[in-house]
Amino acid sequence: MSTRTAPAPVPRESARKGARRPKGIAGNTLWFWLFVGPFVVGLLIFSYLPIIWSLILSFFEAYNTVTPSKFVGVDNYVDMLTDHNFLSSLGTFTLFAIFIVPLTFVLSLALALLVNQVKIARAFFRSVFFLPTACSYVVASLIWRLSIFNGVRFGLMNTILGWFGIDGIAWLSTVSPPWYWIPIVTVRLWLQLGFYMILFIAGLQRISPTLYEAAYVDGAKPGWQTFRYITLPQLRATSVAVLILNLIAAYQAFDEFYNLIGNVNFARPPLVYLYGISLGTIQDLGHGSAGALILAVIIMLVTLLQNKIFGFGKAGD
Amino acid sequence: MPAHMPSRGMSRRDLLKRTGGLAALAAFTAACGGNTGRPSDSGGGGNKVNLSQWYHQYGETGTKEAALKYAKAYTDANVSVQWTPGDYGSKLSSGLLSNKGPDVFESQLNIGMVKSNQVVPLDDIIADVKDDFQPGDLATNTVDGKVYGIRMIVDPQVIYYRKSLLDKAGIKPPETIDDLIAAAKELTTNKVKGIFVGNDGGLALGGPALWSSGGSYLTDDHKPGFTNERAAQAFSKLHELYTSKSVLLGSPTDWTDPGAINQNLCAMQWIGMWAVPGMQKALGDDLGVIAFPALDAQGKPAVYSGGWTQFVSAKSPNVDAAKKFVKWLWIDKQDFQEDWSLNYGFHIPPRKSLAAKAAKLQSGVAADTVKLNADYGHTDNPAWTPKMGTAFGDMLTNIIRKGADPAGEISKAEKTVNAELSRLFG
Repeated sequence: MSTRTAPAPVPRESARKGARRPKGIAGNTLWFWLFVGPFVVGLLIFSYLPIIWSLILSFFEAYNTVTPSKFVGVDNYVDMLTDHNFLSSLGTFTLFAIFIVPLTFVLSLALALLVNQVKIARAFFRSVFFLPTACSYVVASLIWRLSIFNGVRFGLMNTILGWFGIDGIAWLSTVSPPWYWIPIVTVRLWLQLGFYMILFIAGLQRISPTLYEAAYVDGAKPGWQTFRYITLPQLRATSVAVLILNLIAAYQAFDEFYNLIGNVNFARPPLVYLYGISLGTIQDLGHGSAGALILAVIIMLVTLLQNKIFGFGKAGD
Repeated sequence: MPAHMPSRGMSRRDLLKRTGGLAALAAFTAACGGNTGRPSDSGGGGNKVNLSQWYHQYGETGTKEAALKYAKAYTDANVSVQWTPGDYGSKLSSGLLSNKGPDVFESQLNIGMVKSNQVVPLDDIIADVKDDFQPGDLATNTVDGKVYGIRMIVDPQVIYYRKSLLDKAGIKPPETIDDLIAAAKELTTNKVKGIFVGNDGGLALGGPALWSSGGSYLTDDHKPGFTNERAAQAFSKLHELYTSKSVLLGSPTDWTDPGAINQNLCAMQWIGMWAVPGMQKALGDDLGVIAFPALDAQGKPAVYSGGWTQFVSAKSPNVDAAKKFVKWLWIDKQDFQEDWSLNYGFHIPPRKSLAAKAAKLQSGVAADTVKLNADYGHTDNPAWTPKMGTAFGDMLTNIIRKGADPAGEISKAEKTVNAELSRLFG
């Protein structure tokens, strides 16, 4: 502003600034790269480079090698898109998402509402439901497989069934009826409910109490009415985030399937199948890369579509 | 910092600036290094080369210590042992992609490893003692006339059963698949299941069932050998067994571990001879053995003659030193080979001379197993690749567990196998 009131010193002023600014910027730039640099380098080396490499591999015949020489054009893509195992793995995922996404959404919202109401020992209740998030999928899967849902008579679930005189069930080995879905779905619910609950609690606490007060003045009753017309609409941004995160997480399902039932063709999500092809003993990196890129495109499309429908990040959210 | 403050050398901020970048760089480069399992050069080993030897995790106690002992006893190179719990096959496959992997490793040969130059021929080190190996153990490691691996141990997979339970039920050891299914049903009570063939419902029985019908994975002229009517019949029998309600499923330990039969969860179990010491400890003499029974009067019992073989990685920077070590341990050091075969789990030494001396395998159920292996053993065909194995496993899952029509599933697997065969053999 001083430039306008005092025209004469302008050259000097700007010269002085000009002399100082580069130093300031240089300082900031250094700090910027110091803090961001390692992450950018990591991202480039461990995310973008592999993606580009996969893209290259997907056009080659690449058995047991990451430096292939035989170019095969789009053959790998054609093979994957006509591979009934890959297609059925997409079907498995869809089935899994149909179970897990609405269940997680409803249950984590319900938990958040309950925990948010609690007046005593709030920190305790929040931590207690959030704690499983800190547990690894592998560890939880082992507990589920070896002690809770094992198929012999002394497994926890079979012991409980035994009290009611019901024969034990081989939870993870029975294909018809498909009992294996119960351990698979419950382990993920147990692990991730707390995390989404915290997101919902954060959302709930952002809702201004004045909205509820105004509603009560207008004669609204606490309970379903305020929940339906105030809480739920106010939670829209959180809900959309939870849905998107949930769906992406479901697409990336790997650990619990791999550790609970292994690489079997009746319930094999895409990542387990692709892992088996490219990183397991088969080492067919060409087909694996093509499948991974197809999967990435599907996840992107679904996320964009979801955005379009629910409008995540629109003004006002 | 006010300008008038006297400078005292380096400010805190300067120090951070100068050291922070370095530290970040150092941390980053360190993270990229990775651990190859090779000892570092500063270990005081003089001018000796470093070799990394990879093992899968053997279940028996003392095996890891034994492997370390052998490595330490070798004086011409510094050998470090990488012991791998969990999915050894996958870890090995990625290890073999670069020279950061093992120099020497145990595995089973498939032609893909030869085609992509992952292993080197070992004809020169085996030449003098070739006659001392069983033909099957050589064939399973031979591609185009070259021997690529030295067989370390032979692990027959068979059915062990509790003699007392069969006696109590008044039944004889099964001789056909139908007998086996009937016996499993007979032996099932509300506490004990008749048979345990794996938590996956019996995929391990696919090969033996196929052999017992007279078929094979691949014919000698590289065509699928599992496509005829009898093979389909054998696979349907496995489905019949699976649905007989006499198969143990969802056991805390899988079929490779004697836990199920030792804890009285089943009366019979499909398992390898490695578990004999463990089973004898728990069950004493109450143990009998049969091969996988014949499909019918026309068929023949079958034993899967599995095992492990030592290879040298073609990407190793010290191929010659690695070959020398393999020759020392798996050809020359007979005392170590004997120790490895007999003192932990039981395995048949692949060397005829050594097997003949193996006192522990000359009595009781171990001797019976060795005889069954000699009469009915089938080794892996190196032309059978993991991709074919996956297609075969998917076929078995669909037939055994989902009750799919065998003919349709066989033709699906046949398609994959033929595609692989034409890729490999043209």
